[in-house]
Amino acid sequence: MANMSFENHIVKQFDGELEDIRTMLMEMGGKVEQQLKDAITSVAGVDSALAERVIERESHVDEMELDIDEACMLIIARRQPAATDLRLVMMVSKAVNDLERIGDEAKKIASHAIILAEQDVPSKGYTEVRHLGKGVSNILANALDAFARFDVEAALKTLKDDHQIDLEYKTALRELVTYMMEDPRSISRVINILWVVRSLERIGDHAKNLCEQIVFVVKGQDIRHSELRG
Amino acid sequence: MNTSATFGVGTPSESDFRDTRDGDMSDIGLTKGHVTVGSVEIQAAKITARGVNIFYGDKQAIHDVNVDIGKNQVIAMIGPSGCGKSTFLRSLNRMNDTIDGCKIEGDIRIDGEDLYSPKLDVVELRARVGMVFQKPNPFPKSIYDNVAYGPKIHGLAETRADLDEMVEKSLRRAGLWDEVKDRLFQAGTGLSGGQQQRLCIARAIAVSPEVILMDEPCSALDPIATARIEELIEELSHNFTIAIVTHNMQQAARVSQRTAYFHLGRLIEVNPTEQVFTNPEHSLTESYITGRFG
Repeated sequence: MANMSFENHIVKQFDGELEDIRTMLMEMGGKVEQQLKDAITSVAGVDSALAERVIERESHVDEMELDIDEACMLIIARRQPAATDLRLVMMVSKAVNDLERIGDEAKKIASHAIILAEQDVPSKGYTEVRHLGKGVSNILANALDAFARFDVEAALKTLKDDHQIDLEYKTALRELVTYMMEDPRSISRVINILWVVRSLERIGDHAKNLCEQIVFVVKGQDIRHSELRG
Repeated sequence: MNTSATFGVGTPSESDFRDTRDGDMSDIGLTKGHVTVGSVEIQAAKITARGVNIFYGDKQAIHDVNVDIGKNQVIAMIGPSGCGKSTFLRSLNRMNDTIDGCKIEGDIRIDGEDLYSPKLDVVELRARVGMVFQKPNPFPKSIYDNVAYGPKIHGLAETRADLDEMVEKSLRRAGLWDEVKDRLFQAGTGLSGGQQQRLCIARAIAVSPEVILMDEPCSALDPIATARIEELIEELSHNFTIAIVTHNMQQAARVSQRTAYFHLGRLIEVNPTEQVFTNPEHSLTESYITGRFG
């Protein structure tokens, strides 16, 4: 269905409830996006104070997860949604999980930022973090944007972009390993960077899940693990 | 009027006489020559309906319906009031014959046999295609006699022992035996609504029909009695072909393997139930099952 509408139910409250979970998910997405940006900045800019704030704000994201999950459950219990409505509720309750995990990863990045800031010698690998961080931030922004507009084309494009991130992640890993081999004294420092890079890659995967869910809502097709079903 | 094996005749509701002839339907995405989307034909069809038109006088209630009903499957027919689903259901055992001015065109076959052939014995047909109605309608007789009635008039039981056995078997299959075995000779009308409906189902299956038509069998029942009937439908579907008309969409989703959506006398979509309720093909089906009009 080209134009997704969650309105015009005979029961108007139902329109409102579906709109609410959509809005809440967008809000949560916005919050998570900011957390990711700040986490990356806290690493790249060696900013412990910012990293602390990221860690502190993580609980807000968790609260939103609980609220949205509850709203989804109430819709299922009250309205027995079907077809697109059902797919939206399912999608939102899964997307919430992915967003919460992105929040967790952002928090991890921030914790590593604090450790890195405490070290006297600056570590190598900041270029990789900046580069990958930018790519992952873009992917998350595009995925959320695709959700806001229920844009399947954009979601599919973002899926492809994530593949690129995976390649860049591997390149970054090789670089980091090289740094460690060149200077074994840097190992403990570079390992922190390695964890950051790893978290960024995971965030890309969660954004990818989000895109798959968008296709599911709009098209009714489950494109996850498509290799299993041919 | 021949009610011998049908145990009551459905009275057409007011909505059946509503004029559903080609009005302007473009605003709801329906054209005059609408072709049903989905899988009309299936393998192992028990009943096949092709090009079925049904008229009440000069008002057309059903327009060119084509659908197969699978053997030992449950097909649910859903749609807004007056969409023709009950009319179509009744055409499957010629219940509409009893309504003055009702005319049927097209071809309906059960196991390849023409249901509307002049040679066909309607009494025998209604033994093969039983029916259960919205309101439980037991005869004002004992529980035993309600169930024994069909086998008796069709001469299915030779001895009293045979008949006893048939009554017990039917009541067991209808999940009612344990509740009534000690009061078989009390009036059937003394049972609760849900029990009465299961009694009607026992009565319908006593003559070993091949097909059971159910016209909103749970709409007069409470949720627990409804759940019992739904459980029963599931069990019966192993041995019988069942077509059920229901206004309760969750019920359709729960009990059926295929769902047919009717709208303004047309069969809009027929598809596997899991598809209809998660990803329907037609936008009208989508609107209806998501509660956007009714």
